[in-house]
Amino acid sequence: MGKNRTPYLLLLPGFAFLFTFFILPIINLAQTSTQTKIAGGDTGQYEQTLHFRNYIDAFVANKEQFGRSFLYAIISTLLALAISYPLAYAIAFKAGKYKNLLLVLVVAPFFTSFLLRTIAWKQILGEEGFVVPTLRSLGIISQSTTLTSTSFAVVMGMTYNFLPFMTLPLFASIDRIDPRTLEASGDLYANGYTTFRKVTLPLSMPGVVAGTLLTFIPAAGDYVNASILGDPTTKMIGNVIESRFFKIVDYPTAAALSFTLMAAILILVTLYIRKAGTEELV
Amino acid sequence: MTKASIEARGDLRLTRLTKTYGDFTAVDDLSLTIPKGSFFALLGPSGCGKTTTLRMIAGLEEPTAGSIHLGETDITTTKPYQRPINTVFQNYALFPHLTIFENIAFGLRRRGQKDVKEAVDKVLNLVELPHLAQRKPTQLSGGQQQRIALARAIVNRPALLLLDEPLGALDLKLRRQMQIELKWIQKEVGLTFVHVTHDQEEAMTMADTIAVMNEGQIEQMGSPADLYDNPETAYVANFLGQSNLIKGTISGNDGDSLVVDLYGQKISLPKSRSHAIDNSTYAGIRPEKFRISLLETPVRGNVLSGGRIEDVSYIGVSTQYQVEMPWGQELMVFEQNDDGVAPFKKGDAVNISWEPAFTFALRGDEDVTAGSQIEPEVQDEE
Repeated sequence: MGKNRTPYLLLLPGFAFLFTFFILPIINLAQTSTQTKIAGGDTGQYEQTLHFRNYIDAFVANKEQFGRSFLYAIISTLLALAISYPLAYAIAFKAGKYKNLLLVLVVAPFFTSFLLRTIAWKQILGEEGFVVPTLRSLGIISQSTTLTSTSFAVVMGMTYNFLPFMTLPLFASIDRIDPRTLEASGDLYANGYTTFRKVTLPLSMPGVVAGTLLTFIPAAGDYVNASILGDPTTKMIGNVIESRFFKIVDYPTAAALSFTLMAAILILVTLYIRKAGTEELV
Repeated sequence: MTKASIEARGDLRLTRLTKTYGDFTAVDDLSLTIPKGSFFALLGPSGCGKTTTLRMIAGLEEPTAGSIHLGETDITTTKPYQRPINTVFQNYALFPHLTIFENIAFGLRRRGQKDVKEAVDKVLNLVELPHLAQRKPTQLSGGQQQRIALARAIVNRPALLLLDEPLGALDLKLRRQMQIELKWIQKEVGLTFVHVTHDQEEAMTMADTIAVMNEGQIEQMGSPADLYDNPETAYVANFLGQSNLIKGTISGNDGDSLVVDLYGQKISLPKSRSHAIDNSTYAGIRPEKFRISLLETPVRGNVLSGGRIEDVSYIGVSTQYQVEMPWGQELMVFEQNDDGVAPFKKGDAVNISWEPAFTFALRGDEDVTAGSQIEPEVQDEE
């Protein structure tokens, strides 16, 4: 009897935590999303009127930022994948005794705050940084072109910040591939490219799926990169939610936008996992 | 160019093949011809260079020096995927994401072959696993995976099939069964098999020709019976089965025979079985060739007298005796239990006799323990 209860007792702290800090806030957020202003009330005073039109109004007013969020998130996810795959492959198969050192280097940025690193990029890409003058003197960008406050800087910042979330699952997946299966592929008349397409890539799909999700989901809701490295024309939905909550004190719209964002991500992710068919993979 | 090498056929010829890793020489100036259609075994302990040799033939390692020819085609630097050679890997290396059918079809599809289904079905029947076509490798037992690995290789009809310790991961009983099946399949498909193993019994069961390797070189090559009955070195005498090696001096000539003095007792052996280079020698006799007799029993052939039974181990099919000789050496004798009883007891005074034709003679400067202290190989796991 006592023995059977142990697992549940062990789960209790986790459940309690999730209940307090996830379930309750979500319920609260859901309630807020259908509230309307109290007639004649002060700023920030709302009452529950089950006003579901909030969702439609909020979405219509911020279509552009929604679109931008998903576009930036998709581009930075693809860029992170393109950078991380060769990196993870090299760490798994070619690094030899430096494998652990390189993994530590991948994680090393986490020792500094996310905000600080993003601000550092503002410096690097700014007028006083070395990047802009170098590119200008090489004639790659015109004298009047700046890099900060552009969508380029925002996407680059997101790619940079979420890169470890892509690299680590990819590495875990590629590292599990038995190199002898790659030799076997060569032995069975597949050249390097075919071996990659038919053996390496399919075997690393769990890592590709995990990495793209871990990058895409936070990237779609991100607002730090857009606010530090961007300008009003690069606003993402995260920025809108942030300013609705903290600046305009329009809680219902912010809550409705949050739920819409969650729903959109959930739908996209579900479709993606269905398509990638990870359940078939070992 | 690709086409020429992929269609190369004929004997496999290794010429002065060498592979070094830094200071370590894995394969040392090895020359060897493996005739088309034969079942050839490279036998030796781990680290003797047999797997490196195999990997160079497969194209997975590049030789430091020397060349590899298949028939008239030089394939020394040909990419693995351009060689008409397939490998059965030690741990099978099946593709975990593909079905058994697609695993076997992999090589055929890469070469754009027609009638893939027909070819795969045929080879699945050959290995007697047609019902597993739609399974994944992880759903198969070790023995089944082994057969699929074999099927995946032979379906391509390569000029050469390489087997890298293919039975190492199987239990003893299954291994014995697979040895017989592999031999049968080799006869059935008529391909050249090159088999790397550390298991001398496995090599002897299956191969037509065995090359015993030691420290990157071939110690001796021949049929299993040749190697067993007439080993040229102590290493071969000890690595293939067990041998009694007795120090002696060649003291005379008698027609086709040599007379050898073993601690004052004279024995004879055929000249053709002597590999000694001077008068000093080790006379070698396999334990099962010895006969034990009590002192009063008359005996024929070579006789060593003055023995005393030191130890008796009854192991069912035979009884193993340790017999101490007057010069202090203990000889090993295996007697078949034809009549069901162990007739000698510990402490019995006995003579040992054997047919002179079963004797071989090694060089007197050999290390008599060479090849006998090798530990059984554990499964390579990196």
